[in-house]
Amino acid sequence: MAIGETIRNSQIWKSIFRHPMPLDRRNRIVVMLTNFFLHLHPVSIKKQGIALSFTWCMGGVTFFLFLVETVTGVLLMFYYRPTLEWAYNDILALRDVTSLGVLRELHRWGAHAMVITTWLHMYRVFLTGSYKPPREFNWVIGVILLLLTLLLSFTGYLLPWDQLAIWAITVGSNMARASPLLGYEGPGQQLLTIGGIDMITDGSDARFGLLGARFVGEETLNRFYVLHCIAIPLAVALLLAIHFWRVRKDGGISGPL
Amino acid sequence: MHSNGLFLKDVAGFLGSYYTGLAIMNAVAALVLWKRKHRVGDAILWSCVAGALMILASLAMSGSPTWVPHLPEWLRKLVNTLSGPVNYTAGTTLLFVGAFVFRKFFVKPMVAWTVFNAALLLMGLAMADENFASIVMKPDNVPIVGLVFLLAFFTWVATKQAVENDERIAQGLPPLEKENDEKVLVWPDLVYTELICMVGVAAFLLAWALLLPAPLEEPASSVKTPNPSKAPWYFLGLQEMLVYFDPWYAGVALPSMVVFGLMAMPYLDFNKKGNGYYSINERKFAYLTWQFGFLELWITLIILGTFLRGPNWNFFGPFEYWSPYKVEVLNNVDLPQMFWVNLLNRPLPRVASDAPWYAQVGTILLREAPGLLIMAAYLFLLPPLLAVTVFRKYFAKMGFVRYLVMINLMLLMLSLPLKMVLRWTLNLKYLISIPEFSLNF
Repeated sequence: MAIGETIRNSQIWKSIFRHPMPLDRRNRIVVMLTNFFLHLHPVSIKKQGIALSFTWCMGGVTFFLFLVETVTGVLLMFYYRPTLEWAYNDILALRDVTSLGVLRELHRWGAHAMVITTWLHMYRVFLTGSYKPPREFNWVIGVILLLLTLLLSFTGYLLPWDQLAIWAITVGSNMARASPLLGYEGPGQQLLTIGGIDMITDGSDARFGLLGARFVGEETLNRFYVLHCIAIPLAVALLLAIHFWRVRKDGGISGPL
Repeated sequence: MHSNGLFLKDVAGFLGSYYTGLAIMNAVAALVLWKRKHRVGDAILWSCVAGALMILASLAMSGSPTWVPHLPEWLRKLVNTLSGPVNYTAGTTLLFVGAFVFRKFFVKPMVAWTVFNAALLLMGLAMADENFASIVMKPDNVPIVGLVFLLAFFTWVATKQAVENDERIAQGLPPLEKENDEKVLVWPDLVYTELICMVGVAAFLLAWALLLPAPLEEPASSVKTPNPSKAPWYFLGLQEMLVYFDPWYAGVALPSMVVFGLMAMPYLDFNKKGNGYYSINERKFAYLTWQFGFLELWITLIILGTFLRGPNWNFFGPFEYWSPYKVEVLNNVDLPQMFWVNLLNRPLPRVASDAPWYAQVGTILLREAPGLLIMAAYLFLLPPLLAVTVFRKYFAKMGFVRYLVMINLMLLMLSLPLKMVLRWTLNLKYLISIPEFSLNF
């Protein structure tokens, strides 16, 4: 008996995989229904729904890149300490000393690629009119995911703590200073004055809330690190689950009626 | 740039492999044309192109200023002189309009392949210029070059299918996607496609990571401001808008409206056609609005902000050295100044700072009356006017609330190109300028 067959007939194998090998039609159906990772998919699908010329596989690629970012990100967290003393030196070490320093390249280029594939995915969904009923709300979730993708990339941009990082974040977050009413240089903030005391100052406005300080400093590094590694990924994971679930519930990949 | 003479030697290897890559690409295309499509003539043509590219590759490898293929000096100078925000925006707009109007021509595979090759060749020739290469090859700018080519490719893929579908629909046939609606099992058809995609993307990412080191500049210093200071590349369209608007609008209000508008889109688009297949003719208004917003106002502004804005956010041609000493004349004028001083020849309305509050507010309102009236007309007069003229059918179908949301989003979107044109033609700085409340528009 072949060794493969012995393994597949063993008690251990059978306890892990709840189905026989998907070699015939029946088991190809069973595998989709009984495997946790595959049950995201339907059992059968219209041929045009999986044509690469139709979907560009962009949603799938974006999700795959999210997984790549998660794995490389967790590994990078072993090496990187988000403090003024260590942040830059740890990245320097990743570049020059650490053997798996290429993880940082994978993470950074993966992040850029994820922003691009998100846009291309939305582009495809627009051009095929797939946001139309009954998929309106899933498009809305997609827009929030786009926003979170950009925020993930933006918060991660600060972590190397080099000139490129802090000035990009400074330029970006300076916008918050001009928020109407809530930024201390924004229009109308003069109106929020109680008894001659300004409520909106550079120590209490929208930018202060974002940075945790009056300028990009250690508090910002810590704040962005937590947002980047925990808060935003959790939100993305939840919304992704809903996004995928809605794809199925709203009738699968779109197509002409 | 003050060249050290070593630049061409440095990029020789890269340019050589670049042209070799293009040659291989064309050789594969020729092979496909010959074996699969049995079009011998075309196959010979593209083999010749591949051969020519191999010659370019060997020339590029030499690293000598006389032999490396490059754009002539006078042409680069001409491009630099001609480029500026006005010509850039007009040029890209013209390009998109042309591509759209003649889409039936451009979607032909041979035409598209020729354009693609021409673009890549131009890119290679330009790369032999030190100033061009120093910007384009900045590690964080490489993804944008990729984005441009990916967008061009996928726009072609989508337009090709849309043109085909539009022709079929005109003949009373269902869209192509309908022909392909037999069901297949997800295992193996989809699962294997996903696996291959994953392996492909992983291989691509790994190659990218191994070949291009991630940028790491000097340690952060809050006292040494780099010039120019730029936001991450995906926000550079917004940073470019700061040329025309104050941060509260360009950086806060307008981006929020973009997000809101994207979310509102499926509820505003009442057109039931074009759901689930590529089509242009069945949803022309939605299509053109989207493409204008995405390609013209988002992507081309990112490219402008990344590649063409240098020190002090001055505009630089693609082959120009980013000199921090370049001076641009700033003679922009606010509308109140234009109206009261230049037109009526009298001073701006003024009031003593200890006057009662209503006198202060009244003076501001009087001073800003021209701008306020224009804005009021734009935001409150135009929507009903359009509802009974251009958008009459839309108004009838959408109802009051939807129409109101749609028209306001459209007007806000158009505020950017309108302000650009006003800046270029009249040197207008602000329509409304109320420094008392930090409100400039």
